[in-house]
Amino acid sequence: MIAIIDYDAGNLTSVSRALFHINVENVITNDIKLIDSAQRIIFPGVGAAGSAMQSLIRLGLDDAIRRAVDSGKPVLGICLGTQIILQKSRENQAKCLGIIDGSVRAFSEIFASKKIKGLKIPHMGWNRIDLKTDHPVFSGLKKNDEFYFVHGYYPLPDNLSQVIATTDYGIAFPSVIGMNNLVATQFHPEKSGNSGLTILKNFSKWAPC
Amino acid sequence: MGAMLSKRIIPCLDVREGRTTKGIKFKNNVNIGDPVEMALMYYEAGADEIVFYDITASHEKRDIMIDVVRKVAETIFIPFSVGGGIRTLDDMRDVLLAGAEKVSVNSAAVKNPDIIAQGAAAFGNQCIVLGMDVKHVGKSEKIPSGYEIVINGGRKYMGMDALAWALKAQALGAGEICLNSIDADGTKDGYELTLTELISSRVDIPVIASGGAGHPVHLRDVLKQGKADAALIASMVHYGTYTISDIKSYLDNEGVNVRSTW
Repeated sequence: MIAIIDYDAGNLTSVSRALFHINVENVITNDIKLIDSAQRIIFPGVGAAGSAMQSLIRLGLDDAIRRAVDSGKPVLGICLGTQIILQKSRENQAKCLGIIDGSVRAFSEIFASKKIKGLKIPHMGWNRIDLKTDHPVFSGLKKNDEFYFVHGYYPLPDNLSQVIATTDYGIAFPSVIGMNNLVATQFHPEKSGNSGLTILKNFSKWAPC
Repeated sequence: MGAMLSKRIIPCLDVREGRTTKGIKFKNNVNIGDPVEMALMYYEAGADEIVFYDITASHEKRDIMIDVVRKVAETIFIPFSVGGGIRTLDDMRDVLLAGAEKVSVNSAAVKNPDIIAQGAAAFGNQCIVLGMDVKHVGKSEKIPSGYEIVINGGRKYMGMDALAWALKAQALGAGEICLNSIDADGTKDGYELTLTELISSRVDIPVIASGGAGHPVHLRDVLKQGKADAALIASMVHYGTYTISDIKSYLDNEGVNVRSTW
Protein backbone atom coordinates (compact mmCIF):
# COMPACT_ATOMS: atom_id res chain seq x y z
CA MET A 1 0.00 0.00 0.00
CA ILE A 2 1.18 3.49 -0.91
CA ALA A 3 0.21 6.32 1.44
CA ILE A 4 -0.23 9.70 -0.26
CA ILE A 5 0.33 12.33 2.40
CA ASP A 6 -2.61 14.69 2.75
CA TYR A 7 -1.67 18.08 4.19
CA ASP A 8 -4.26 20.34 2.53
CA ALA A 9 -1.83 21.18 -0.26
CA GLY A 10 -3.72 21.16 -3.50
CA ASN A 11 -5.41 18.43 -5.45
CA LEU A 12 -3.99 15.08 -4.35
CA THR A 13 -6.63 13.03 -6.13
CA SER A 14 -4.79 13.23 -9.45
CA VAL A 15 -1.86 11.25 -7.98
CA SER A 16 -4.28 8.72 -6.52
CA ARG A 17 -6.22 8.34 -9.78
CA ALA A 18 -3.02 7.84 -11.78
CA LEU A 19 -1.93 5.07 -9.38
CA PHE A 20 -5.33 3.33 -9.56
CA HIS A 21 -5.12 3.54 -13.35
CA ILE A 22 -1.92 1.42 -13.24
CA ASN A 23 -3.50 -0.90 -10.63
CA VAL A 24 -1.48 0.32 -7.66
CA GLU A 25 -3.38 0.40 -4.36
CA ASN A 26 -3.11 3.70 -2.53
CA VAL A 27 -4.73 5.85 0.10
CA ILE A 28 -4.78 9.62 0.63
CA THR A 29 -4.24 10.14 4.34
CA ASN A 30 -2.99 12.33 7.17
CA ASP A 31 -3.24 9.43 9.66
CA ILE A 32 0.24 9.07 11.15
CA LYS A 33 -0.22 5.38 12.01
CA LEU A 34 -1.26 4.61 8.45
CA ILE A 35 1.73 6.55 7.11
CA ASP A 36 4.10 4.76 9.51
CA SER A 37 2.78 1.37 8.44
CA ALA A 38 2.60 2.03 4.68
CA GLN A 39 5.19 0.28 2.47
CA ARG A 40 5.71 3.39 0.35
CA ILE A 41 5.07 7.09 0.72
CA ILE A 42 4.25 9.76 -1.83
CA PHE A 43 4.64 13.34 -0.71
CA PRO A 44 2.95 15.57 -3.32
CA GLY A 45 1.84 19.17 -3.12
CA VAL A 46 0.73 22.24 -4.95
CA GLY A 47 0.73 25.68 -3.38
CA ALA A 48 3.11 27.79 -1.39
CA ALA A 49 5.96 26.55 0.80
CA GLY A 50 5.09 28.64 3.87
CA SER A 51 1.51 27.48 4.32
CA ALA A 52 2.43 23.91 3.38
CA MET A 53 5.06 23.75 6.14
CA GLN A 54 2.57 25.18 8.64
CA SER A 55 0.05 22.46 7.75
CA LEU A 56 2.66 19.70 7.98
CA ILE A 57 3.74 20.81 11.45
CA ARG A 58 0.16 21.30 12.66
CA LEU A 59 -0.73 17.76 11.56
CA GLY A 60 2.51 16.25 12.92
CA LEU A 61 3.37 15.08 9.42
CA ASP A 62 6.84 16.68 9.32
CA ASP A 63 8.17 14.03 11.69
CA ALA A 64 6.21 11.28 9.92
CA ILE A 65 7.98 12.16 6.65
CA ARG A 66 11.40 12.25 8.36
CA ARG A 67 10.65 8.83 9.94
CA ALA A 68 9.62 7.39 6.55
CA VAL A 69 12.87 8.57 4.95
CA ASP A 70 14.93 7.25 7.89
CA SER A 71 13.12 3.88 7.83
CA GLY A 72 14.45 3.07 4.37
CA LYS A 73 11.05 2.65 2.71
CA PRO A 74 10.68 4.19 -0.76
CA VAL A 75 9.58 7.84 -0.63
CA LEU A 76 8.57 9.91 -3.68
CA GLY A 77 8.32 13.70 -3.49
CA ILE A 78 6.44 15.63 -6.17
CA CYS A 79 6.65 19.36 -6.99
CA LEU A 80 6.14 21.33 -3.77
CA GLY A 81 6.75 18.07 -1.88
CA THR A 82 10.18 17.96 -3.50
CA GLN A 83 11.02 21.53 -2.56
CA ILE A 84 9.99 21.08 1.06
CA ILE A 85 12.52 18.28 1.50
CA LEU A 86 15.30 20.89 1.45
CA GLN A 87 16.29 23.15 4.36
CA LYS A 88 14.66 26.39 3.33
CA SER A 89 12.70 27.99 0.52
CA ARG A 90 12.97 31.44 -1.03
CA GLU A 91 9.18 31.26 -1.28
CA ASN A 92 7.84 32.90 1.90
CA GLN A 93 11.40 32.49 3.31
CA ALA A 94 10.02 29.23 4.70
CA LYS A 95 12.04 26.90 6.88
CA CYS A 96 11.54 23.42 5.40
CA LEU A 97 12.15 19.80 6.44
CA GLY A 98 15.92 19.76 5.97
CA ILE A 99 16.05 16.14 4.84
CA ILE A 100 18.40 17.16 2.03
CA ASP A 101 20.87 20.01 2.58
CA GLY A 102 20.26 22.94 0.28
CA SER A 103 17.63 25.50 -0.58
CA VAL A 104 14.82 26.34 -2.95
CA ARG A 105 15.58 29.19 -5.36
CA ALA A 106 13.38 31.55 -7.41
CA PHE A 107 13.61 31.58 -11.21
CA SER A 108 12.89 35.32 -11.11
CA GLU A 109 16.08 35.99 -9.13
CA ILE A 110 18.43 33.75 -11.10
CA PHE A 111 17.05 35.16 -14.39
CA ALA A 112 17.60 38.72 -13.11
CA SER A 113 21.13 38.01 -11.91
CA LYS A 114 22.11 36.24 -15.15
CA LYS A 115 20.24 38.80 -17.29
CA ILE A 116 18.11 36.06 -18.86
CA LYS A 117 15.12 37.70 -20.55
CA GLY A 118 11.93 36.53 -22.22
CA LEU A 119 11.28 33.38 -20.20
CA LYS A 120 7.85 33.12 -18.64
CA ILE A 121 7.38 32.36 -14.95
CA PRO A 122 6.04 29.92 -13.88
CA HIS A 123 7.98 27.40 -15.94
CA MET A 124 4.77 25.81 -17.21
CA GLY A 125 4.48 22.98 -19.69
CA TRP A 126 6.42 20.00 -21.04
CA ASN A 127 10.18 19.72 -20.83
CA ARG A 128 12.86 17.04 -21.00
CA ILE A 129 15.05 15.72 -18.22
CA ASP A 130 18.74 14.95 -18.49
CA LEU A 131 19.50 11.99 -16.22
CA LYS A 132 22.89 12.27 -14.49
CA THR A 133 22.83 8.68 -13.31
CA ASP A 134 20.96 5.42 -13.93
CA HIS A 135 18.12 5.22 -11.48
CA PRO A 136 15.59 2.35 -11.27
CA VAL A 137 12.65 4.78 -10.96
CA PHE A 138 13.61 6.24 -14.36
CA SER A 139 14.12 3.00 -16.28
CA GLY A 140 12.21 2.27 -19.48
CA LEU A 141 11.82 5.87 -20.58
CA LYS A 142 12.29 6.94 -24.20
CA LYS A 143 15.14 9.30 -24.99
CA ASN A 144 13.02 12.37 -25.74
CA ASP A 145 10.26 11.77 -23.22
CA GLU A 146 8.93 14.97 -21.67
CA PHE A 147 7.28 15.75 -18.34
CA TYR A 148 4.77 18.33 -17.17
CA PHE A 149 6.15 21.14 -15.00
CA VAL A 150 4.48 24.08 -13.32
CA HIS A 151 6.62 26.00 -10.83
CA GLY A 152 8.28 29.32 -10.16
CA TYR A 153 10.92 27.92 -7.76
CA TYR A 154 13.41 25.05 -8.07
CA PRO A 155 15.37 22.84 -5.65
CA LEU A 156 19.14 23.21 -5.33
CA PRO A 157 20.87 20.61 -3.13
CA ASP A 158 24.27 21.60 -1.67
CA ASN A 159 25.63 18.19 -2.61
CA LEU A 160 25.39 17.94 -6.39
CA SER A 161 25.64 14.14 -6.23
CA GLN A 162 22.04 14.33 -4.97
CA VAL A 163 20.95 15.74 -8.34
CA ILE A 164 19.50 12.83 -10.31
CA ALA A 165 18.41 14.87 -13.34
CA THR A 166 18.45 18.43 -14.62
CA THR A 167 16.17 20.33 -16.98
CA ASP A 168 16.96 23.34 -19.15
CA TYR A 169 14.99 26.51 -18.61
CA GLY A 170 17.35 29.41 -18.99
CA ILE A 171 19.62 27.49 -16.62
CA ALA A 172 20.06 23.75 -16.05
CA PHE A 173 18.10 23.36 -12.82
CA PRO A 174 17.77 20.15 -10.74
CA SER A 175 14.47 18.55 -11.80
CA VAL A 176 14.96 15.26 -9.94
CA ILE A 177 16.82 15.01 -6.64
CA GLY A 178 17.24 12.24 -4.11
CA MET A 179 19.39 9.94 -2.04
CA ASN A 180 19.11 6.31 -0.96
CA ASN A 181 15.38 5.49 -0.65
CA LEU A 182 14.23 9.02 -1.48
CA VAL A 183 13.51 10.31 -4.98
CA ALA A 184 11.81 13.62 -5.68
CA THR A 185 10.65 15.19 -8.95
CA GLN A 186 9.97 18.85 -9.63
CA PHE A 187 7.59 17.81 -12.45
CA HIS A 188 4.24 16.07 -12.05
CA PRO A 189 4.47 12.37 -13.07
CA GLU A 190 0.70 12.06 -12.54
CA LYS A 191 0.14 14.69 -15.26
CA SER A 192 2.90 13.53 -17.63
CA GLY A 193 1.05 10.94 -19.68
CA ASN A 194 2.66 7.57 -20.34
CA SER A 195 6.17 8.68 -19.38
CA GLY A 196 4.87 9.84 -15.99
CA LEU A 197 2.88 6.63 -15.47
CA THR A 198 6.09 4.67 -16.20
CA ILE A 199 7.80 6.51 -13.33
CA LEU A 200 4.91 5.84 -10.95
CA LYS A 201 4.91 2.16 -11.97
CA ASN A 202 8.67 1.94 -11.39
CA PHE A 203 8.32 3.62 -8.01
CA SER A 204 5.60 1.16 -6.96
CA LYS A 205 8.08 -1.70 -7.51
CA TRP A 206 11.31 0.05 -6.46
CA ALA A 207 13.39 -1.80 -3.87
CA PRO A 208 16.17 0.61 -2.83
CA CYS A 209 19.14 -1.13 -1.29
CA MET B 1 21.89 27.58 -22.71
CA GLY B 2 18.40 28.01 -24.14
CA ALA B 3 15.00 27.19 -22.83
CA MET B 4 13.87 23.82 -24.09
CA LEU B 5 10.30 24.14 -22.86
CA SER B 6 8.01 22.77 -25.56
CA LYS B 7 5.26 24.82 -27.11
CA ARG B 8 1.93 23.27 -26.15
CA ILE B 9 -0.75 22.16 -28.62
CA ILE B 10 -4.13 22.24 -26.91
CA PRO B 11 -7.38 20.94 -28.41
CA CYS B 12 -10.40 22.84 -27.17
CA LEU B 13 -13.72 21.10 -26.63
CA ASP B 14 -16.90 23.12 -26.27
CA VAL B 15 -19.35 21.16 -24.13
CA ARG B 16 -23.05 21.78 -23.81
CA GLU B 17 -25.06 19.67 -21.38
CA GLY B 18 -22.42 16.94 -21.47
CA ARG B 19 -21.90 16.78 -25.25
CA THR B 20 -19.21 18.43 -27.38
CA THR B 21 -19.96 21.02 -30.03
CA LYS B 22 -17.92 23.35 -32.18
CA GLY B 23 -19.21 26.82 -32.69
CA ILE B 24 -18.44 28.87 -35.75
CA LYS B 25 -18.32 32.44 -34.49
CA PHE B 26 -20.37 31.19 -31.53
CA LYS B 27 -23.35 30.38 -33.77
CA ASN B 28 -24.87 27.23 -35.28
CA ASN B 29 -23.18 24.78 -32.92
CA VAL B 30 -23.31 21.19 -34.10
CA ASN B 31 -23.11 18.16 -31.83
CA ILE B 32 -20.08 15.97 -32.50
CA GLY B 33 -19.61 13.70 -29.56
CA ASP B 34 -18.80 12.52 -26.09
CA PRO B 35 -16.22 14.76 -24.35
CA VAL B 36 -14.67 11.91 -22.36
CA GLU B 37 -14.11 9.85 -25.54
CA MET B 38 -12.75 12.85 -27.37
CA ALA B 39 -10.41 13.70 -24.48
CA LEU B 40 -9.06 10.13 -24.50
CA MET B 41 -8.61 10.26 -28.26
CA TYR B 42 -6.62 13.50 -28.05
CA TYR B 43 -4.62 12.27 -25.03
CA GLU B 44 -3.54 9.20 -27.00
CA ALA B 45 -2.90 11.32 -30.10
CA GLY B 46 -0.36 13.53 -28.30
CA ALA B 47 -2.29 16.55 -27.06
CA ASP B 48 -0.24 18.41 -24.45
CA GLU B 49 -3.25 19.63 -22.54
CA ILE B 50 -7.00 19.88 -23.11
CA VAL B 51 -9.33 22.82 -22.60
CA PHE B 52 -13.04 22.36 -21.95
CA TYR B 53 -15.50 25.21 -22.31
CA ASP B 54 -18.84 24.56 -20.72
CA ILE B 55 -21.38 26.47 -22.79
CA THR B 56 -24.36 25.01 -20.96
CA ALA B 57 -26.77 27.89 -20.67
CA SER B 58 -28.56 26.96 -17.50
CA HIS B 59 -26.73 27.10 -14.18
CA GLU B 60 -28.88 24.21 -12.87
CA LYS B 61 -27.31 21.82 -15.37
CA ARG B 62 -23.71 22.54 -14.32
CA ASP B 63 -23.54 19.27 -12.40
CA ILE B 64 -23.47 17.47 -15.75
CA MET B 65 -20.13 19.17 -16.47
CA ILE B 66 -18.73 18.25 -13.05
CA ASP B 67 -19.54 14.63 -13.86
CA VAL B 68 -17.73 14.98 -17.22
CA VAL B 69 -14.69 16.48 -15.44
CA ARG B 70 -14.58 13.59 -12.99
CA LYS B 71 -14.70 11.00 -15.78
CA VAL B 72 -12.05 12.85 -17.81
CA ALA B 73 -9.75 12.94 -14.77
CA GLU B 74 -9.99 9.16 -14.44
CA THR B 75 -9.24 8.69 -18.13
CA ILE B 76 -6.40 11.02 -19.12
CA PHE B 77 -3.17 11.88 -17.32
CA ILE B 78 -2.25 15.25 -18.73
CA PRO B 79 -3.41 18.65 -17.47
CA PHE B 80 -6.80 19.96 -18.48
CA SER B 81 -8.68 23.12 -17.71
CA VAL B 82 -12.35 23.98 -17.50
CA GLY B 83 -13.92 27.32 -18.31
CA GLY B 84 -17.33 28.72 -19.03
CA GLY B 85 -19.79 29.86 -16.43
CA ILE B 86 -17.23 29.99 -13.60
CA ARG B 87 -18.54 32.79 -11.39
CA THR B 88 -17.59 32.03 -7.78
CA LEU B 89 -14.91 30.41 -5.66
CA ASP B 90 -17.31 27.49 -5.16
CA ASP B 91 -17.57 27.03 -8.95
CA MET B 92 -13.75 26.91 -9.07
CA ARG B 93 -13.53 24.48 -6.17
CA ASP B 94 -16.09 22.14 -7.79
CA VAL B 95 -14.12 21.70 -11.03
CA LEU B 96 -10.71 21.54 -9.33
CA LEU B 97 -11.87 18.91 -6.83
CA ALA B 98 -13.43 16.94 -9.69
CA GLY B 99 -9.90 16.68 -11.12
CA ALA B 100 -9.25 19.64 -13.43
CA GLU B 101 -5.74 21.09 -13.22
CA LYS B 102 -6.84 24.64 -13.95
CA VAL B 103 -9.96 26.71 -14.09
CA SER B 104 -10.50 29.62 -16.42
CA VAL B 105 -12.49 32.76 -15.72
CA ASN B 106 -13.54 35.24 -18.34
CA SER B 107 -16.59 37.49 -18.05
CA ALA B 108 -16.90 36.88 -14.30
CA ALA B 109 -13.40 38.35 -13.88
CA VAL B 110 -14.24 41.33 -16.08
CA LYS B 111 -17.20 42.10 -13.85
CA ASN B 112 -15.39 41.24 -10.60
CA PRO B 113 -11.58 41.23 -11.01
CA ASP B 114 -11.15 40.24 -7.39
CA ILE B 115 -12.27 36.68 -8.24
CA ILE B 116 -8.77 36.24 -9.74
CA ALA B 117 -7.06 37.21 -6.49
CA GLN B 118 -9.44 35.10 -4.41
CA GLY B 119 -8.97 32.06 -6.65
CA ALA B 120 -5.18 32.45 -6.67
CA ALA B 121 -5.07 32.75 -2.88
CA ALA B 122 -7.31 29.72 -2.39
CA PHE B 123 -5.93 27.35 -5.03
CA GLY B 124 -2.60 28.82 -6.23
CA ASN B 125 -1.82 31.11 -9.19
CA GLN B 126 -1.06 28.13 -11.42
CA CYS B 127 -4.72 27.04 -11.20
CA ILE B 128 -6.16 30.33 -12.42
CA VAL B 129 -6.34 31.01 -16.15
CA LEU B 130 -7.70 34.34 -17.36
CA GLY B 131 -9.76 33.87 -20.51
CA MET B 132 -9.89 37.06 -22.59
CA ASP B 133 -12.20 37.69 -25.56
CA VAL B 134 -10.77 40.55 -27.57
CA LYS B 135 -11.80 42.64 -30.60
CA HIS B 136 -9.73 45.05 -32.66
CA VAL B 137 -11.29 48.52 -32.38
CA GLY B 138 -8.42 50.82 -33.30
CA LYS B 139 -6.36 52.95 -30.93
CA SER B 140 -8.08 55.59 -28.88
CA GLU B 141 -7.52 57.41 -25.63
CA LYS B 142 -9.58 54.84 -23.77
CA ILE B 143 -8.20 51.84 -25.68
CA PRO B 144 -4.50 52.69 -26.24
CA SER B 145 -3.57 49.21 -27.50
CA GLY B 146 -6.39 49.25 -30.06
CA TYR B 147 -7.78 46.02 -28.65
CA GLU B 148 -10.88 45.98 -26.45
CA ILE B 149 -12.27 43.40 -24.04
CA VAL B 150 -15.67 42.02 -25.05
CA ILE B 151 -18.02 39.53 -23.39
CA ASN B 152 -21.16 37.60 -24.32
CA GLY B 153 -19.50 36.04 -27.35
CA GLY B 154 -18.32 39.40 -28.61
CA ARG B 155 -21.65 41.18 -28.40
CA LYS B 156 -20.86 43.44 -25.45
CA TYR B 157 -17.95 45.92 -25.44
CA MET B 158 -16.58 46.56 -21.97
CA GLY B 159 -14.55 49.72 -22.56
CA MET B 160 -11.43 47.98 -21.20
CA ASP B 161 -8.06 47.91 -22.93
CA ALA B 162 -6.92 44.32 -23.55
CA LEU B 163 -3.26 44.90 -22.67
CA ALA B 164 -4.10 46.84 -19.51
CA TRP B 165 -6.49 44.08 -18.47
CA ALA B 166 -3.88 41.35 -19.10
CA LEU B 167 -1.34 43.19 -16.93
CA LYS B 168 -3.91 43.80 -14.21
CA ALA B 169 -4.97 40.13 -14.17
CA GLN B 170 -1.33 39.09 -13.89
CA ALA B 171 -0.87 41.43 -10.93
CA LEU B 172 -3.99 39.97 -9.32
CA GLY B 173 -2.51 36.48 -9.55
CA ALA B 174 -3.58 34.89 -12.84
CA GLY B 175 -1.13 32.10 -13.72
CA GLU B 176 -1.81 32.03 -17.43
CA ILE B 177 -3.80 33.85 -20.12
CA CYS B 178 -5.95 32.27 -22.79
CA LEU B 179 -6.20 35.00 -25.41
CA ASN B 180 -9.08 34.65 -27.84
CA SER B 181 -9.50 36.94 -30.83
CA ILE B 182 -13.20 37.25 -31.61
CA ASP B 183 -12.22 38.66 -35.02
CA ALA B 184 -10.24 35.54 -35.92
CA ASP B 185 -12.38 32.95 -34.12
CA GLY B 186 -13.99 30.49 -36.52
CA THR B 187 -12.41 32.00 -39.64
CA LYS B 188 -9.66 29.34 -40.07
CA ASP B 189 -7.59 32.18 -41.56
CA GLY B 190 -5.00 32.18 -38.80
CA TYR B 191 -4.52 33.59 -35.33
CA GLU B 192 -4.44 37.32 -34.61
CA LEU B 193 -0.66 37.63 -34.61
CA THR B 194 -0.38 41.32 -33.75
CA LEU B 195 -2.63 40.95 -30.72
CA THR B 196 -0.88 37.77 -29.54
CA GLU B 197 2.58 39.27 -29.87
CA LEU B 198 1.44 42.44 -28.11
CA ILE B 199 0.11 40.61 -25.07
CA SER B 200 2.63 37.77 -24.87
CA SER B 201 5.68 40.00 -25.06
CA ARG B 202 4.36 42.29 -22.32
CA VAL B 203 3.20 39.81 -19.65
CA ASP B 204 5.47 37.45 -17.70
CA ILE B 205 2.96 34.59 -17.52
CA PRO B 206 2.32 32.07 -20.32
CA VAL B 207 -0.13 32.97 -23.10
CA ILE B 208 -2.28 30.48 -25.00
CA ALA B 209 -3.33 31.83 -28.39
CA SER B 210 -6.90 31.10 -29.45
CA GLY B 211 -9.10 31.73 -32.45
CA GLY B 212 -8.49 31.29 -36.15
CA ALA B 213 -6.46 28.07 -36.47
CA GLY B 214 -7.11 26.31 -39.77
CA HIS B 215 -3.70 25.14 -41.00
CA PRO B 216 -0.44 24.08 -39.26
CA VAL B 217 1.26 27.17 -40.68
CA HIS B 218 -1.03 29.25 -38.48
CA LEU B 219 0.36 27.52 -35.39
CA ARG B 220 3.92 28.08 -36.56
CA ASP B 221 3.22 31.77 -37.05
CA VAL B 222 1.55 32.32 -33.69
CA LEU B 223 4.16 30.30 -31.76
CA LYS B 224 7.11 32.04 -33.47
CA GLN B 225 6.04 35.49 -34.65
CA GLY B 226 3.14 35.79 -32.16
CA LYS B 227 5.41 34.61 -29.29
CA ALA B 228 2.60 32.47 -27.85
CA ASP B 229 3.52 29.72 -25.38
CA ALA B 230 0.72 27.45 -26.53
CA ALA B 231 -1.86 27.27 -29.30
CA LEU B 232 -5.50 26.29 -28.99
CA ILE B 233 -6.97 24.26 -31.84
CA ALA B 234 -10.50 23.04 -32.50
CA SER B 235 -12.17 22.37 -35.84
CA MET B 236 -8.91 21.59 -37.68
CA VAL B 237 -8.61 18.44 -35.57
CA HIS B 238 -12.24 17.82 -34.57
CA TYR B 239 -13.25 17.13 -38.16
CA GLY B 240 -10.17 15.04 -38.91
CA THR B 241 -8.55 17.51 -41.32
CA TYR B 242 -5.29 17.18 -39.38
CA THR B 243 -4.03 14.93 -36.60
CA ILE B 244 -2.02 16.31 -33.70
CA SER B 245 0.90 14.27 -35.03
CA ASP B 246 0.61 15.99 -38.43
CA ILE B 247 0.69 19.37 -36.74
CA LYS B 248 3.60 18.50 -34.46
CA SER B 249 5.69 17.01 -37.30
CA TYR B 250 5.14 20.16 -39.31
CA LEU B 251 6.10 22.39 -36.38
CA ASP B 252 9.15 20.27 -35.60
CA ASN B 253 10.32 20.67 -39.22
CA GLU B 254 9.76 24.40 -38.93
CA GLY B 255 12.02 24.61 -35.88
CA VAL B 256 9.32 24.92 -33.21
CA ASN B 257 10.00 22.90 -30.04
CA VAL B 258 7.16 20.43 -29.51
CA ARG B 259 6.76 17.26 -27.44
CA SER B 260 7.42 14.42 -29.86
CA THR B 261 6.97 11.24 -27.77
CA TRP B 262 3.95 10.12 -25.76
